[in-house]
Amino acid sequence: MGERVALLVTCLVDQIMPEVGVATVRLLRRAGYEVDFPTDQTCCGQPFFNSGFRDQAIKLAKRAIEIFEDYSAVVLPSGSCTTMIRAEYPHVLEPWLDWHQRARRLAAKTFELSEFLVHQAHWQPLAAANAPSVTYHDSCHMNRMLHLKQEPRALLSAAGCTLVEMAESDRCCGFGGLFSIRMPEVSNAMTAEKLRRAASVETDLLVTADPGCLMQMRGLIKNTHLRAEHLAVVLEEITR
Amino acid sequence: MNGATFKQFRSGAARATTDSQLQGAIDRATERFRTHRVDALAELPDADALRDQLKAIRSATLARLADHLETFERQAQAAGAHVYWAQDGEEAVQIVIDIARQHNARLAVKSKSMATEEIHLNHALSAAGITPVETDLGEWIIQLAGEPPSHIIGPALHKTRAQVAELFSREVGRPLPPDDIPMLTAEARRLLREKFLAADIGISGANLGVAETGSVVLVTNEGNGRLVTSAPAVHIAVMGIEKIAPTWDDAAVWLSLLARSATGQPLSIYTSAITGPARPDDPDGPREVHIILLDNGRSQQLGTSFEEVLQCIRCGACLNVCPVYQEAGGHSYGNPYSGPIGAVVAPLLFGLESHEALPHASSLCGACLEACPVRIDLPRMLLELRGDEVSERIIPWPERFAEQSAAFVMGHVRLYRFLTGLARFFQRPLARHSSIRIPRRLNPAGERELPALAQRSFRAMWDEIE
Repeated sequence: MGERVALLVTCLVDQIMPEVGVATVRLLRRAGYEVDFPTDQTCCGQPFFNSGFRDQAIKLAKRAIEIFEDYSAVVLPSGSCTTMIRAEYPHVLEPWLDWHQRARRLAAKTFELSEFLVHQAHWQPLAAANAPSVTYHDSCHMNRMLHLKQEPRALLSAAGCTLVEMAESDRCCGFGGLFSIRMPEVSNAMTAEKLRRAASVETDLLVTADPGCLMQMRGLIKNTHLRAEHLAVVLEEITR
Repeated sequence: MNGATFKQFRSGAARATTDSQLQGAIDRATERFRTHRVDALAELPDADALRDQLKAIRSATLARLADHLETFERQAQAAGAHVYWAQDGEEAVQIVIDIARQHNARLAVKSKSMATEEIHLNHALSAAGITPVETDLGEWIIQLAGEPPSHIIGPALHKTRAQVAELFSREVGRPLPPDDIPMLTAEARRLLREKFLAADIGISGANLGVAETGSVVLVTNEGNGRLVTSAPAVHIAVMGIEKIAPTWDDAAVWLSLLARSATGQPLSIYTSAITGPARPDDPDGPREVHIILLDNGRSQQLGTSFEEVLQCIRCGACLNVCPVYQEAGGHSYGNPYSGPIGAVVAPLLFGLESHEALPHASSLCGACLEACPVRIDLPRMLLELRGDEVSERIIPWPERFAEQSAAFVMGHVRLYRFLTGLARFFQRPLARHSSIRIPRRLNPAGERELPALAQRSFRAMWDEIE
């Protein structure tokens, strides 16, 4: 058995799309890791943080730090939740020196899945003959805060997928957490714009690395010929 | 323009998203601005370094704003201009009206100015018996339509050609063809020229003021700014106190990024610097120049975590990249400042409670921060305003209760497991093909399908993964 990593599966994956978590575990095992799933985990606190409920976010941040800080690495199938831990935990915990340092230590060993596979595991999937052509949606936090644009594309290409780039692949899908419920008219119009761009390139598979974007786009995808899938699921299937 | 509560913003946005003419107009305009901006920045040897330099200039200026403003006042007075300090919009409006009355002014021509929009100057002038005429084509169009601006630099970008032709036809009293753009602009030019020559005073804003010479700098494309500030005998400039460049070297950096970020031009067609009134031997120019330094809530941001927002140079780049602005349109924001910058500025200047929706009018996608020439961290400030809404109890109690309860559940894994299990059981009659089927009017997400909880959670499957 290889090195042990912890999976922070995220609450959306845990409750709504567990297949993404399953695929993540299999990919990490394929890359030579032993995966642990600390069952006390719930939510990283981002929904509360983004709504201005700072105290609540701080409590959940401390909780997650306690659960995950003893692992040598933490992997998430979500660019957005990774951003919460990497960028916001140290920030919200700044007033408490001890917690701030613990947050920074955790931030330094927390990785988004594609980032982990490319830069930590140096895992190269074998190219599959029947790999589909895909278009990739850059989720906002993963792209603009973590600067992970090439990593998911590199994995998809290595696995044999043909990448067809849509116009403005980095345009927001309209999710924005509770924004999608507070402002459904605008949110849905944004999603329609996104899907219009995705649907106008030659593929029927829309891939993203964030469960939030996936849930949002799936909510309106029946108006298109597209299917939306998480990066982990696509990669896991074609590299079996 | 009466605020942006959730109800107001959402109903405005709902109208905007279903108005295909409006959507087409916004999409075309913002896309043009976006591409031109990227091309114009690419022409610079190192646009990023220049942005960093402007950021440093702006932040250093704000750190000593009072000193720079006093220098500006001294230098402007030395050049022969009158300088006034207006604490709020009312004071500024009164100063303008007093000057106008001293000159028995009946007609005022105006060049485009967000500061005068902010203080509703046109309304006050009309009430005082002084007719204001906007001379920037876009501003004139919305003045004729009786509407507020929908974009910081393209105030009428929501108007189609046909709508403009209709407004102009009404103004000239005969039908003008919507397809003949040269004719429409020629008509506008003819009508506005008459106003320039007849006007008693000219009112402008200020893109920036240069402290070392006491100059007001105006950036325009139509040349109307020059006529407004030179044809009438009196020129009044209304300038936000944050728009100060200490030196012309600083102004040069500012100007090299302003037009590029706004319209994608290296410079706008006209960049005018006004330093005092006409000298005795000048062939033309105003006999009097009055500069009103407008605070209106700005100085309150100094030294707070919102000070950064005062670095804004009002280029509108954040509007053009904002997916929320593109769908909701400028009018939904309920004040003259729309888009991401408006979502931060309006609650700070005009009140958080009456603009409660604006901090939430963002998916926090970060495109604004990426595009801002001064790299203002608007997402951070939106988050902070959301936090203020929670601590000031502007967020209604049902939502506070829901968020606090949800956070409590997330803090107790056994409760989380129990409640998600319960939800899994009760969703059964509604769950079909992994989504929840509920009547659309009951669906908080509107036409978007909400996901059902998976039949089994990941944690239930964890032990069995092969």
